[in-house]
Amino acid sequence: MADVLLRVEHLKKYFDTPGGTLHAVDDISFDLNRGETLGVVGESGCGKSTLGRTILRLYEPTDGTVYFENQEITSLSNKSMKVLRRDMQIIFQDPFASLNPRMTVSEMIAESLLIQKIFTRKQGPQLRARVTELMDLVGLSSKLINSYPHELDGGRRQRIGIARVLALDPKFVVCDEPVSALDVSIQAQILNLMQDLQDEFGLTYLFITHDLSVVKHLSNDIIVMYLGQMVEKAPAKELFSHPMHPYTRALLSAIPVPDPDYAVDRVLLKGELTSPIDPVPGCRFAKRCPFVTEACTKADIPLREITPGHFVACILV
Amino acid sequence: MQNPDDILSIEDLTIHYETDEGSVHALNEVSLAMKRGETLGLVGETGAGKTTLARGILRLVPSPPGVIKQGSVFFEGQDLLSLSESKMRSIRGSRISMIFQDPMTSLNPVMTVGEQIQEVVEAHNRDLRQDEIIRQANAMLEMVGIPAERSHEYPHQFSGGMKQRVIIAIALACNPVLLIADEPTTALDVTIQAQVLDMITALKKRLNTAMLLITHDLGVVAQNCDRVAIMYAGQIIELGNLDDIFKRPTHPYTRGLLGSIPSLTKDVKRLSPIKGLMPDPTDLPPGCKFAPRCRFVTEACERAMPEPTHLSETHQVRCILAEAEVRNG
Amino acid sequence: MKQPVVKKQRTLAAETWRRFKKNKLALTGMIVILTLVVIALSTMVIDFVTDKAIYNDYVIKQNLRMRLQGPSREHIFGLDEFGRDIFMRMIWAVRYSLFMGTIAIALSTILGGLLGAVAGYYGKISDNIIMRFMDVLLAIPSMLLATAIVAALGTSLTNVLIAIAISYVPTYARTVRASVLTIKDQEFIEAARAMGASDVRIIFKYILPNSMAPLIVQATLGVAGAILSIAGLSFLGLGIQPPTPEWGSMLSSARAYIREGWHITVIPGLGIMITILSLNVMGDGLRDALDPRLKN
Repeated sequence: MADVLLRVEHLKKYFDTPGGTLHAVDDISFDLNRGETLGVVGESGCGKSTLGRTILRLYEPTDGTVYFENQEITSLSNKSMKVLRRDMQIIFQDPFASLNPRMTVSEMIAESLLIQKIFTRKQGPQLRARVTELMDLVGLSSKLINSYPHELDGGRRQRIGIARVLALDPKFVVCDEPVSALDVSIQAQILNLMQDLQDEFGLTYLFITHDLSVVKHLSNDIIVMYLGQMVEKAPAKELFSHPMHPYTRALLSAIPVPDPDYAVDRVLLKGELTSPIDPVPGCRFAKRCPFVTEACTKADIPLREITPGHFVACILV
Repeated sequence: MQNPDDILSIEDLTIHYETDEGSVHALNEVSLAMKRGETLGLVGETGAGKTTLARGILRLVPSPPGVIKQGSVFFEGQDLLSLSESKMRSIRGSRISMIFQDPMTSLNPVMTVGEQIQEVVEAHNRDLRQDEIIRQANAMLEMVGIPAERSHEYPHQFSGGMKQRVIIAIALACNPVLLIADEPTTALDVTIQAQVLDMITALKKRLNTAMLLITHDLGVVAQNCDRVAIMYAGQIIELGNLDDIFKRPTHPYTRGLLGSIPSLTKDVKRLSPIKGLMPDPTDLPPGCKFAPRCRFVTEACERAMPEPTHLSETHQVRCILAEAEVRNG
Repeated sequence: MKQPVVKKQRTLAAETWRRFKKNKLALTGMIVILTLVVIALSTMVIDFVTDKAIYNDYVIKQNLRMRLQGPSREHIFGLDEFGRDIFMRMIWAVRYSLFMGTIAIALSTILGGLLGAVAGYYGKISDNIIMRFMDVLLAIPSMLLATAIVAALGTSLTNVLIAIAISYVPTYARTVRASVLTIKDQEFIEAARAMGASDVRIIFKYILPNSMAPLIVQATLGVAGAILSIAGLSFLGLGIQPPTPEWGSMLSSARAYIREGWHITVIPGLGIMITILSLNVMGDGLRDALDPRLKN
């Protein structure tokens, strides 16, 4: 029996916009086992970032429940939620925007320890020792302890973001595009660091990204999202060897592979992403799908398990 | 020195930015040639000098702080760096045009997309009649896959991918010989990126336009280019055709870059990144700029920057190890 | 362009100063203002030490036989309509213009800043109530508002201060609200919230320090405006009362004698002009130096 750390059931997050109700996250359910990584892939506006933030209750969910270590957290008070934040953390995409420009490296790492009252201001030396230890752990030279974020490059900034999360010794971390703002060589350094930390501390990741090669590299299972809904979910290897949903296939074939001999049959899509404002029943991908049939737009398409562990929401499969 | 087949030939181009932090050595003695109709991918990380090179060709380096220290840029036989500003203006947009990274800010928000294309057509063909200008502009829109009826719409009515198509239409409106595309699809989603790149490649083939494609994405290069130049710290450290670079990468930096990308096709447990960071461009190491991060560094590397070694007709690299290998046969 | 790798470590204040001092005009403005501050402080010390002896003997003592005498070696700015030394009066007046302007703006910055922060951070109803009230205040010309307040409360130093402070509150409320609105949606606020930080901590440790820059600039420029308003009110006879020296009231009472002695109007006028100009160029310089987008 796998050890389920996080269970998400029918999670929904709607936003009221001047144009109507935006279904940013629309009925998403999944289980995430301790120590594993779940990749969430999709293009901009598919709701993947909203999903991560709603699970952490940075956004209040519209409907649905989230269980963390078998405890329902969607109805917890702010006070109990604050305690739980030690265990559930987030690493942001933009390592510059997510750091307070007026705080130094050590202040930022110490901040999470102080907020959670793991240390108090009076314990200066212990606090400093812990900060140095954390900086060492994420590969930040202790020379940088008094630097400000604007003096550092993107990779180092992201290391601060990771250190301040590790400070709380969390069990579950939402990684919201943590490497997409970084250069390739730095990206690889950070990905390796995240893998090492996962091995060392038994972290569980929800890894949100638009970059399929990154999720393939890291994830056990992968969810593909399109306009707020889950269109496919499968173990990483299975998804890449047998993509079933036309959107997944298009996405996979659109990735430029750094190998001049690699040739795929491109599933070229018509049109562009819209946004899920007041969606009508039926498959949301139908407008761009090369294989669309009349039945696709009649009713909502349920997620079905086609082969063990491989779920697809498409009537053609 | 110049090859008559080359439409563009850059020699020893050196551009510095003089700031009060010191002199930023953005581009250091870069030499590069392009043939008619070919696509050259220019790859490098943030701060490698890709954009400075592109701006240098068009003489759009902001000055101050930019200073062109030395070198020449021969385009169709004349040195662009010695032309008058008004001559240069007539080349920009008509013989050489440029596409910028961000489609959101490259269009004028208060003009319709039709007007913006017409403006370019008109600027370079002063004697055309108004209806002929409109006809040509609409033809350009159709060519990039936007119905001509939409020419009366404003940029905010277009999505990101559509805007980038409009920008491409503007860039190609005067049938340029050379198109410089600076990260044209970085701001777009993968499926849209695929559409736009396919379209650019098809159009440039049809119009026989040469393209300098600047990107940080080796995948985009492998799928769209004929030749590749790898830049590091303001220098081209390896140059070759696709097979040279992807199958026989020689410079340790090129190999490091390829090892840093998580592979879709192979199973790799752990990435092999390049250690360390880009050197400070105001304080570059005296020898090989990559030496401090290189796994194979020797003492000789730190003394002088190696000159380009020709491994084959198409493949050249600036590394002391390759130099030694060629010398020893 | 380039990412700075690891540069010399500098605090943001040092960074700002480095950029500010490159602007020679702004630097000149700052030197003028600092000189004025030194002058104002010295006159206060002199008054305290001499128990206003110099003030009584040279600043307000009339000497009608010498009235309207032009600049000379003993009186470099000449004498005014009551035979008082204009140079001394100008120097003694600095404190009123400069310090009252500063105090008035400090008051409105604190009040406006607080209102703006609350409106911006909590939004919705509190935002609506606060900002609509500010709009009402803004709809009344500030000079008229100040005049009305002074007329209602009576002419006194404190009332002039209150009048000017109130008329400037909406400007600061708006400035702070705008910067709070942009800052509160940034990821580092969300990061703080994800760590479990409270609202108070977020406002005081994250939002306020990051919205100081526009506020400092606005306040510097505001002092210039407040000095003008004080001079204006005094000119109208609603501000500082004679014989206390104040540039605006000096200008006002000199008006009648403009034909007999040009210097008694020109000199206070120049004093006001130079101060305002210096504050404005200094404010512009600060704005450029504090704007991170203009780095380098």
